[in-house]
Amino acid sequence: MAVIKVKRPELGAGEKFYLGAIFKGFLVTMKHAIDSLRGKTRGAKDLASSGLGATMQYPEQKWDESMPEYYRGAPALVTDEQDRERCVSCQLCEFICPPKAIKITPGEIPSDDPWAKVEKRPKEFEIDMIRCIYCGMCEEVCPEQAIYLRKDYAITGLDREQMVHDKKRLYEIGGKRVGLVNKWNELK
Amino acid sequence: MSEEASTAEAKLPKDVAAEKGLVNVQIDGVWRQVPKGTRMIEACRSFGTIVPHYCYHPKLSSPGNCRMCLVQMGMPPRPTPGQDPTYDEDGYQPIGWMPRPVIACANTVAENMGIRTGGELVENVREGVMEFLLINHPLDCPICDQAGECRLQEHSVGHGRGHSRFVDMKVKKPKNVDIGPRIRLDDERCIMCSRCIRFMDEVAGDPVLGFTQRGTYTTLTVHPGRKLDSNYSLNTADICPVGALTSNDFRFQMRVWFLKETPSIDVNCGTGANITIWTRGETVYRITPRQNDEVNSCWMPDSHRLNFHYIDSDERLTEPLLRDGASHRQSSWPDAIAKVVDALKSHAAEEIAIIGSSRATNEELHLIRKLADQLGTEHLTTVPRIGESDGILIAADRNPNTNGCKLVWRREDPAFRLSAIRDGVREGRIKVLLNFGEDLTAEAGFDVADFEKLDCLVSMLLLAGPTAEASDVVLPGAAFAEKRGSMVNVTGRLQRLNRALEPRGHARDDWEVLRDLSAGVSNVSPFDASQPQLIEDVFRDMASTVSEFDGLNLSKIGDLGLPVTETGVTIPHLEDERARKAAGQIVG
Repeated sequence: MAVIKVKRPELGAGEKFYLGAIFKGFLVTMKHAIDSLRGKTRGAKDLASSGLGATMQYPEQKWDESMPEYYRGAPALVTDEQDRERCVSCQLCEFICPPKAIKITPGEIPSDDPWAKVEKRPKEFEIDMIRCIYCGMCEEVCPEQAIYLRKDYAITGLDREQMVHDKKRLYEIGGKRVGLVNKWNELK
Repeated sequence: MSEEASTAEAKLPKDVAAEKGLVNVQIDGVWRQVPKGTRMIEACRSFGTIVPHYCYHPKLSSPGNCRMCLVQMGMPPRPTPGQDPTYDEDGYQPIGWMPRPVIACANTVAENMGIRTGGELVENVREGVMEFLLINHPLDCPICDQAGECRLQEHSVGHGRGHSRFVDMKVKKPKNVDIGPRIRLDDERCIMCSRCIRFMDEVAGDPVLGFTQRGTYTTLTVHPGRKLDSNYSLNTADICPVGALTSNDFRFQMRVWFLKETPSIDVNCGTGANITIWTRGETVYRITPRQNDEVNSCWMPDSHRLNFHYIDSDERLTEPLLRDGASHRQSSWPDAIAKVVDALKSHAAEEIAIIGSSRATNEELHLIRKLADQLGTEHLTTVPRIGESDGILIAADRNPNTNGCKLVWRREDPAFRLSAIRDGVREGRIKVLLNFGEDLTAEAGFDVADFEKLDCLVSMLLLAGPTAEASDVVLPGAAFAEKRGSMVNVTGRLQRLNRALEPRGHARDDWEVLRDLSAGVSNVSPFDASQPQLIEDVFRDMASTVSEFDGLNLSKIGDLGLPVTETGVTIPHLEDERARKAAGQIVG
């Protein structure tokens, strides 16, 4: 591999004497301070900041409405229009998950269930939110469109157990999602 | 050198090959020599080219019905009358390529034949075959247990077209069909390769499977009024290239890509079928046969394959236990060993008896033998376990290591003292009974009442039960998947067990416990230089006394084992297989 030698930039006398840069920094701070007192900061309106600066007063104020569509929050399981749990526990998300946050116990759907033809669903589905890095690989790999990263970002708990989302919690976060591919329709 | 060159010059390659019983075949442009009568697919395989296939299996007949192994074939053009064959500078005739492909699985090679396993024609027909196979495929890979080891998935990636041109409705077939106690059938996934049908007919000898209907409606079914209940039925799930036949026991337990494979051997009978133990974490999920043409071919019986759930059952003993009045209390290993050593030291040699097990490895039997010698007791035996051979793979001897015991103990019948020990216990002559791995109330023929006359009953066991209940000291041992060691099967083949799991809880490897007992009796620390510290040390020590193991170690045994002694016993299925191979019915 060719080695490219990068030359250090030559500094002028003023640059070497860094006091000038410090004063420049003071001026930037002063400009923001005055702007915020006048209510003219960037994001004053759209981020509904307090008026006392660009800082949003979290958690009294939240920016949930302005979160983009592609925001990647907590991963969660979804049900479809017919309230069928879409996950069939194929365990691809468990396999792809880089920090190994997902643990699935597969199970069989009993034959008296209306969705018995799907044959398989998770008996238990756990995501350890201490491990989760919100990368979205699980959503990308899912062949059944069953797991989505929702916009929940404030995942808190008092101990490690509370930070593990079980199947019930995951469906609570995920809720119902319509308009997905109806793979297990009556033709199947 | 010059002499050789001149003779080679005089001879054509076909004559050189014919002298050795070989033929010259051009495989993908390279001239090779293969034995006459070899199937084209095997000729390609022997030079590292795997021709994709579904229905072909070397141990079964080749009906050639999946059409996946189509390759292009060519032969020298037939000379016109009076024309002499032409040869190129290497002495081969030019190949005239056939316009249509042939199946590689059922055709044999011929002199000066050309095989192309790639190229436009071959790739196009493969893509065509894949498209046909996928027309009615339900694409339920997310719920299919075969996903990850499915030939259809693999060849679809390798030779499929990526999207479907099929616009009509897919044909509906029965799904989730209960065709037997251990096998589930999904007809929509079936690609009609007929491997299972041929297996049940040719190997298991119970032809209950067959096709009904025709064309695209062809359906695999079990004979009316019958079930797929042969003791070899689970092998059909192994050879099924797709997910049509899956195991009920393994159904939806774990995806195969999570499982770790450990080569080991089966310990349910003297055959010692070669197996792969599939584990994830500390759980065994399934056991499948591993090919060894000298032991079990590619198969194993269901009863042996499914006999692993006890490893993590509730009955499994995980702590050393000491008798405390009517019940037992948990103890520590040093306390339990000290208790046993005390009992051994406070009794005369003739009051001590040892019951070993032919289910133990050679290494454990060697240490048991050494312990007996150390104590000076003559009362040493195993427990015989004789059943009936099923005429296929299950040996009459249900102990996996009777031959190993004979070699290590230098006895013709290691179990001959069992009745003497039983009488000794009943008459009160034997006061201390060391039981290594046998449920004494089962095959050994003891009653629980017999044990009341003993001062001390020590049992090294896997599972709770009447024997553990009656024991004064219970030492939890390691199951077959939890230990490394060697055994000798009915044909005299030395084979190796490998550790797939750690022993449960505080259970320990049996040989370590035996080492600790032996060290305790001779008043040295188990970590003394005189004591073995690794299972390899035990094998080395054993090999110095057992001439059959001379020069061997556990690594040298390898995954396929080594013959070490002649027993004259044969495995019925292998005889059958060799006969069918000799008759040309299978490749073998």
